[in-house]
Amino acid sequence: MIENSLTDLWHGFGVAFQPHNLLWCFVGCVIGNIVGVLPGMGVMAAISMLLPLTFGMKPVAAILMLAGIYYGAQYGGAICSILLNLPCHPPHAVTCLDGYPLTKQGKGGTALSITMISSFVGASFGITQMIFMAPLLVQLAFKFGPAEICSLMLLGLLAGSTLAKGSPLKGVAMTTLGLLLGVVGSDINTGMPRFAFGVMELYNGIEIVALALGLFGIAEFLKSVNNVAPINAQYTNVRMRDMRPSLADLKLAGWPMIRGTLIGSLCSLIPGTGPTIASFVSYATEKKISKTPERFGNGAIEGVACPEASTHSAVQGDFIPTMSLGIPGDAVMALILGALIMQGITPGPQLIKEHPDLFWGLIASFWIGNILLVFLNVPMIGIWVKLLTIPYKYLYPSALFFICIGVYSANNDLFAVGETLIIGMFGYVLLILGFHPAPILLGFVLGPRLEENFRRAMLIQRGDLTVFVDVYNHPIAATFIGLSVLLIIGQIYVRLRPKKDLNIPEMPTAKAGQPAE
Amino acid sequence: MQINDRRDLYGGGLIMLIGAGAVLEGRRYDLGTLQQMGPGFFPVALGVILLFIGAMIAIVGTAAHAHDEQHVRIERPDWRGWGCIIVGVLSFMLLAEFVGLIPAIFACVLLSAAGDRTITLYQALVLSSIITVLGVTLFAFILQVRLPLLKVLGI
Repeated sequence: MIENSLTDLWHGFGVAFQPHNLLWCFVGCVIGNIVGVLPGMGVMAAISMLLPLTFGMKPVAAILMLAGIYYGAQYGGAICSILLNLPCHPPHAVTCLDGYPLTKQGKGGTALSITMISSFVGASFGITQMIFMAPLLVQLAFKFGPAEICSLMLLGLLAGSTLAKGSPLKGVAMTTLGLLLGVVGSDINTGMPRFAFGVMELYNGIEIVALALGLFGIAEFLKSVNNVAPINAQYTNVRMRDMRPSLADLKLAGWPMIRGTLIGSLCSLIPGTGPTIASFVSYATEKKISKTPERFGNGAIEGVACPEASTHSAVQGDFIPTMSLGIPGDAVMALILGALIMQGITPGPQLIKEHPDLFWGLIASFWIGNILLVFLNVPMIGIWVKLLTIPYKYLYPSALFFICIGVYSANNDLFAVGETLIIGMFGYVLLILGFHPAPILLGFVLGPRLEENFRRAMLIQRGDLTVFVDVYNHPIAATFIGLSVLLIIGQIYVRLRPKKDLNIPEMPTAKAGQPAE
Repeated sequence: MQINDRRDLYGGGLIMLIGAGAVLEGRRYDLGTLQQMGPGFFPVALGVILLFIGAMIAIVGTAAHAHDEQHVRIERPDWRGWGCIIVGVLSFMLLAEFVGLIPAIFACVLLSAAGDRTITLYQALVLSSIITVLGVTLFAFILQVRLPLLKVLGI
């Protein structure tokens, strides 16, 4: 089993080192890093903007690049948090708490280098976990029938919508809305157009690029325009030689780094708890077990090391359910899954067998990409820091054009641009009403497959809904449903219980320009 | 001080409205039976769920006291930014369709940049020129997007 994995991994390195794939992995990491650094730009927007450009590429190169954007942005996002105190990317919001005080004390360089080391440690563990976990999960998943897939999707959707940011009820509402949007277009079984209202362009369904760019691009711009705090660039003169950490700092950061990594990898295994939750949990844990908790928030190096390690380990672990089961844990993964589907690849347990190039190449590219990113970030820190100071007024008009042409080139159709605009305006309304639109995408991508499997399960079981609670004949499905029920009960319990101090750090005040992810 | 979160009332209402729409439209399709589901079954089920959750959001939101006063008020949109971004996208659509890619990019960036209250005309012009050059190079020459550059000149 393990030997097989290692042989396959070796094969994966062969794939990832093909010049063509290596180039796109590099491009993805660089773009991700840039997007991560730029205040007011989100990973979601970046991935969906570049998604149309990947249509002409080979599947492996396309996925390598899109994945590179995702983990590359995590490296860049940390720079933004530490030097500017801007939680540009939600997983790095916690890093602001100690990263910025360190910067103010003139130790920004040290904080950055510790971040890079922790990121690498976390990511390495996450990747290793994926190498061994994914094939195991696949073996289990091959036993799944439609009822099992259906209940697993239900669990994934529930977890993705209730554990993410904001009110769980609103999250469920957004997921359901996403499922509904996924219905638009021709019905798979009968070919009947649904919710198309006679518009020909809607017969093929809503364009995923239009949906993602409307919600995470245009809606964000509408919310952030003239609403972005001016950037305080007073501490951004960090150079490479400021980045050498002292031995004492390294010693201090060592254990928190490892604990953060483990928490991150645990969080990535629970569907719906992505990197953001991982970073908050690990910070809270670290503060709790620390002998000097009062240092946290005033520039403790541990407070930078542990959330960063756990973020990166969770980011890599995030790919496990997506690639092995075909069930994405959050909106970014939903988008990657959408990219797979558009490349003509059916996500699911058969993916590893049918497309070993893709799966093992992706894992190998994670290693390459992470090493690349460390090299990109340490010597070139000066350049990234310069990027921090680009004002929003130059950013959003350029990005808007990119969105327009990106959506157009997905289908060579200007109708989709209008679609994006309307979705964007609707997304803005949702944003100001306190909804977080990320679960919409999750529902949208899973919707058609959920419906298909539900219909199939009901057909096989002759319309007997008890299949989902049948412990004897379908124990796996029943387990997933049981977990879903537990999740709901847990949420209600947390709601009704009088609020105590949970020792979870307070989110630095969300400034405008912070992408909703 | 108790302030009811108006956002939840409106938000719940909006969700209920969408749910009602889904039920009404979905009922026009064949519902089928549980064993042989028609195209209308899934959307109607989703609509019912949305109606239920929308009601829950509105009830919970108005019953519970909002914890932080500052987040309760619905923020007003910045109309200038709004208008300019929307006009920017619309101008891209119209110009790309009828005139060509070059004016479309230029107008899209210039008009949407005008939405920012601190940008000067000079900055906006320079920005849109740079993006136009970059955009044409990247999309028309390298990626071969099928849009005419400038219809008048026939390119």
